[in-house]
Amino acid sequence: MKILVAVKRVIDYNVQIRVKEDGTGVVTDNVKMSTNPPDDNAIEEAVKIKEAGKATEVVAVTVGEEKAQETVRKALAVGADRGIHVKVDGILEPLAVSKILQKIVDKEKPDLVFMGKQAIDDDCNQTGQMLSALLNWPQATFASKIDVKENKLEVTREIDEGLETIEINVPAIVTCDLRLNEPRYASLPNIMKAKKKPIEEIAASDLGVDVSPRLEQLKVEEPPKRKAGIKVANVAELVQKLKNEAKVI
Amino acid sequence: MAVLLIAEHNNKELRPFTLNAATAASQIDSDVHAVIIGQNSADAAKQLSELPVVKKVLSVEGAHYENFTAENFAPVIVKLAENYSHIVCSANTFGKNLMPRIAAHLDTSQVSDIIKVISPDTFLRPIYAGNAFATIKSNDAKKCITIRPTSFDPCESTGGSAPIEKVDASEEFSNTKFIKREEIKSDRPELGTARIVVSGGRGMQSGDNFKLITEIADKLGAAIGASRAAVDAGYISNDHQVGQTGKVVVPDLYIAVGISGAIQHLAGMKESKVIVAINKDGEAPIFSVADYGLEADLFEALPQFMEELNKLNTIQK
Repeated sequence: MKILVAVKRVIDYNVQIRVKEDGTGVVTDNVKMSTNPPDDNAIEEAVKIKEAGKATEVVAVTVGEEKAQETVRKALAVGADRGIHVKVDGILEPLAVSKILQKIVDKEKPDLVFMGKQAIDDDCNQTGQMLSALLNWPQATFASKIDVKENKLEVTREIDEGLETIEINVPAIVTCDLRLNEPRYASLPNIMKAKKKPIEEIAASDLGVDVSPRLEQLKVEEPPKRKAGIKVANVAELVQKLKNEAKVI
Repeated sequence: MAVLLIAEHNNKELRPFTLNAATAASQIDSDVHAVIIGQNSADAAKQLSELPVVKKVLSVEGAHYENFTAENFAPVIVKLAENYSHIVCSANTFGKNLMPRIAAHLDTSQVSDIIKVISPDTFLRPIYAGNAFATIKSNDAKKCITIRPTSFDPCESTGGSAPIEKVDASEEFSNTKFIKREEIKSDRPELGTARIVVSGGRGMQSGDNFKLITEIADKLGAAIGASRAAVDAGYISNDHQVGQTGKVVVPDLYIAVGISGAIQHLAGMKESKVIVAINKDGEAPIFSVADYGLEADLFEALPQFMEELNKLNTIQK
C-alpha cells in the first residue's frame, strides 16, 4: 500500500501572531514557521503503518512557495521515503489545494491520502473533505485511531458527542486529529539522510488547474481586547465578586 | 434565491445548534428553506417546520442516512443546491465533515466558521485561533457557509408551520460503513450551550481529581470542560475539550482550573462573558483573559470554593 501525506507550512503554533497595521494580513516576516501540527500526526501515522509492514511507500507532498519545501524535508527526516513540492506563490484556498492534490493523486495513485484535520493558520478544515469529494473516495475525518485491515481501514473519529467508528474501503482519505499519535523527533543522522532523499518539484501552473481565488480577504483586524481583570485575594472574595459584582451565580 | 439550511438532528429531534444556524441563515436572506436528511426523522422534520424563520422543509429519508455519513448526505444537497444561493450549516463536527464535500462538488470555495454576516456575500471569521478576524467576500455564484453556533443566538423554536416536502433519496455510497458511535450520556447541560462551564487542565493531575470539578459543576448546574492537555493525559474524554481544535464555548461564566492558557485553549473560551482563572502560577497566560484571577493551589481552592457555594442561600440556575 502506498500512502501520500499532505503537509502545510504555517506560522509555528507557539508564536503569538501580530496583525499587520495596514489590515492586509498577519506578519510573517522573521516569524518562526513549522509544519502544521496535525500534519505531523499524519506523517507519523503513515510512517508507523509502513514500519508495521502494512505500507510500502510514504510520499510527502506540499503545495506552496519555495520555503514550503522545509516541511517536506522534515517529513523525510522522520521516515517518509520521498517528497513532492508543488510550487506556487501566494496563498491558495483549500479548494485550489485539493484540486492540485487531485492531480498528484492521479499521477501517484496512492491507496491512502493522509493530512491534518485542519491548518492552524486559516482554521478552514476543508482540504481533506474536498479532495475526497473530487476523487469520490470515502473520507474519515478527525481520526484519533486507525486500524489497517485488508483493503480497508477502521477509523475512530472524534466527534462532538464522543467517538464514532467507521470502516472505509481503500482508496480513502483520512484527516488526522492531534490525538492520533505522538509525532517523533527527527534524529540528527536521519536529518542528514533526509537531505539525500529525492524531492520532485512541480510547477502548479503545469498541472492545468485553475487556482484563481474565489474569495477576497477585504480586511484582517485584531479581535476586540478583553478589558483587564483583577486578582482576588482568596476564595471568599472570588465567590462574593461572582455573586454580587458579576452576578453570574 | 433562497438560502438552504442543513438541519442537524439525531433522527428523533433537532440538535440545538440547528437553531443558531437558522438564525445565521435568516440574516443572509429571509427566505430560508431547511433540508433534513435522516431515517425515521419525521418528528425532527416537524420540529424544523415549527421554526418561524424556516419557510419550507425538505425531508429526505433513507436507511443509509441513519448515521449522517457525509458521503451519503453530500449528493442530496448538491442536487438541491441548484435552487439556492447559499448552503448553511453549523461549524461543529457534523458541518465540518459535510460542508467541504458539498462545496467541492459545487466548485465553490467554502467560507468556514463565520461569526458574523456582514452582507449576503461578506462575512467575518476568526483565523489563527481567533487571534485575528478576517472579513471575507465570496465571489462564487453559490456560497457554502459554516457558522460558529455560539456567535448566533438560537432562533425561536415554535410558532412556525412551514410545509414539509418529500425529496427523493440519492444512491448509497458503499465504500463507507458506519460501525458504532460512543456517545457520552450526561444529565449535565451540553458544553456548547451551558450557561456556566467549569474546566480543568493539566494541573488537575489525574482523572480522579476531576471529581473536585464535578462537584462544583453539579452545584452550579454547569457543564464540564477541559484543556487539550487534560484530554491527552486521559483525565477526561475528548468531547469535553475546549479550544481551537475542540469546542468553542461562550458561557456567562467560565471557570478555568489548573489551565495555563495556551492560545489554542483561549481560542475556545475567551469570548465568555465572565472568566475566572484558578492557578498557582501567577504568570500563567490564562490570567491575561481572566476577569477574576485567583493565584492559589487548586487542591486547596476548590474545596473552599465548594464550601463558599454551600453558604450561599441561592444559586442562579
